[in-house]
Amino acid sequence: MSLPDTQTRWRCRRGMLENDLLLRAFLEYGYDELDQEGRDAFDRLLGYPDNLLLDLVLGRQQTVDAGIARLVPLIRAAAAARTWE
Amino acid sequence: MTLTTRKFDALIVGAGGAGLRAALQLSNAEARVAVVSKVFPTRSHTVAAQGGVNAALANVLPDSWHWHMFDTVKGSDYLGDQDAIEYMCRAAPKVVYELEHFGVPFSRLEEGNIYQRAFGGQSQHFGKEQAARTCAAADRTGHAILHSLYQQNLRAQTHFFDEYFAIDLIKDETGHVLGVVAFDILSGEPIVIEAKTTLIATGGAGQIFRTNTNALSNTGDGMAMALRAGVPLEDMEFVQFHPTGIAGRGMLITEGARGEGGFLINDQGERFMERYAPNAKDLASRDVVSRAIAIEVREGRGCGRNKDHTLLDLRHLGADTIMKKLPGIREVSMTFLGVDPIEAPIPVFPTCHYSMGGIPTNRDGQVVVPVKDTPEDPVPGLYAAGEAACVSVHGANRLGGNSLLDILVFGRAAANHILDFLKDNRQHRPLHQESVDQALARLARWDRKGEGEAVEPLRRELRKVMEDHCGVFRTAEVMQEGVTRLHELRERIDNAVIRDHSRTFNTARVEAMELENLMDCAMATIVSALGREESRGAHSRMDFTDRDDERWLRHSLYSLQDDAMDYKPVRTQPVTVESFPPKERVY
Repeated sequence: MSLPDTQTRWRCRRGMLENDLLLRAFLEYGYDELDQEGRDAFDRLLGYPDNLLLDLVLGRQQTVDAGIARLVPLIRAAAAARTWE
Repeated sequence: MTLTTRKFDALIVGAGGAGLRAALQLSNAEARVAVVSKVFPTRSHTVAAQGGVNAALANVLPDSWHWHMFDTVKGSDYLGDQDAIEYMCRAAPKVVYELEHFGVPFSRLEEGNIYQRAFGGQSQHFGKEQAARTCAAADRTGHAILHSLYQQNLRAQTHFFDEYFAIDLIKDETGHVLGVVAFDILSGEPIVIEAKTTLIATGGAGQIFRTNTNALSNTGDGMAMALRAGVPLEDMEFVQFHPTGIAGRGMLITEGARGEGGFLINDQGERFMERYAPNAKDLASRDVVSRAIAIEVREGRGCGRNKDHTLLDLRHLGADTIMKKLPGIREVSMTFLGVDPIEAPIPVFPTCHYSMGGIPTNRDGQVVVPVKDTPEDPVPGLYAAGEAACVSVHGANRLGGNSLLDILVFGRAAANHILDFLKDNRQHRPLHQESVDQALARLARWDRKGEGEAVEPLRRELRKVMEDHCGVFRTAEVMQEGVTRLHELRERIDNAVIRDHSRTFNTARVEAMELENLMDCAMATIVSALGREESRGAHSRMDFTDRDDERWLRHSLYSLQDDAMDYKPVRTQPVTVESFPPKERVY
């Protein structure tokens, strides 16, 4: 299993703590399992502004991007599963 | 090795609200401006500011800048500099209207004026009726401001060094600041960015505490750069905490949860606030609730495997009330803890939110340091604004809605002074190679191979030491132990190594350098807190419970060299109006 490439990892540094934690959890629990299509969708998600990204992941907004929509439950599951410091 | 060098009139380190507001002012005046940011600009922490920006527009209720000034001085527990506070409150309406013209979609009243909401600490007639002073763009004001300013800067052709990490300031032997040495995170290549003026706008250092509300990027990089350049940090002991952050994560559970009837319990299931505040109980003031939680944990009545938090119980409110009145809290708890508050209580601990202290500046944004008998001598070419700076408008505690105002007013003010400076300083000063070499050596230090501790466990330990020894429970004994532990950690960090020595996108190196910055900011905070033997604003000592204006109505200054403390007077004289003398704060 390869580690996520470092550029993607750095793009998970966000302006809001909530997004930092959600995305960091997903890097640890889930990202490695993604196929190329899933990784491309994750890259598109990282291009979203922080507020929209959080709204999508928390289910306050929906997206027509089916690839990103598939990621949302995976990111939520990763955040709930993460062992925190 | 040939080092890339670029030259600009003005260099801004940090692309949050303060940096972008300054950059826009400078670019619009046709100065050559560069902004260095370790993350893409719209991922700066300003994006997280929800509340709004204070300005006495009087759109909803009568208001005046002078009442706003009174509230800010009082909120600062009289430690704020009254000249800077007057300047900020007078400038507030102008900066809000400017934002409107930049495209910020403020919420509106029916007749079209900007809507203003009431926040705590706002009054009419110098402490009487509630005022309504906060202008907001729904609940995402920071997001709207940051994105508007970024778009405006693109239009004005500000040059952005995105994903570049600033290592250190370049300073010559006469004390002039000449720019920074940075490196491109993508390529790993260092770069010298020479500038006639340099503005530090890197935000706060909330990440020095384990539980905090700040983005992971808030590692006090600019504050630490200033320290290493010989600039002391001002009033670092003043850190704003909220009582109920999600334990171990940091994000806020608002007072609304307790307002609806939620209560705190310890490991015995006891409603412990009944002991600390028999009348107000769980609705006691923030500092009382924060300290009570910290004491419960310290005395062994904490919950969880590590007994390091208390619990906020909402279960008795019932599913209907929780889903109707507290849906956001339920959502956050379920997402980040996997805990549904309908079925189980939420683990909470006081969470660090905002640093009132920072790099000392005057109201023109110039960085000022004590020189002989002068407490505030400007460092030529160096400016600071926003949470990284201490101007000082927040003093010992910040009012809601004043942080966005601070970044806008003083980002703009610093830019105006920079434009004046540039008129008189048309040429770049000669580069000071020794200073460049020192910065490069800091970068190269992380190329060291061999045995040594890893960065992440050291960072975790540092944050825990700060939480345990310099959080809301402060006594000389507790903090002295913390200082000792930080000294040990400092040595261990000096000997730490990273395993990844690749050049491209080596984020391990960035995180290692952030750790060094956190270390310096943490030491500044705890040494300053140990020094101040009184309780004032957000700084609350169990062993010195009263405010002591006779001894402590003064600013603290921490210097990296020997961890030395110095002090300077508070500027109690406003620009045009009479001073507000210290009084007991009653709300």
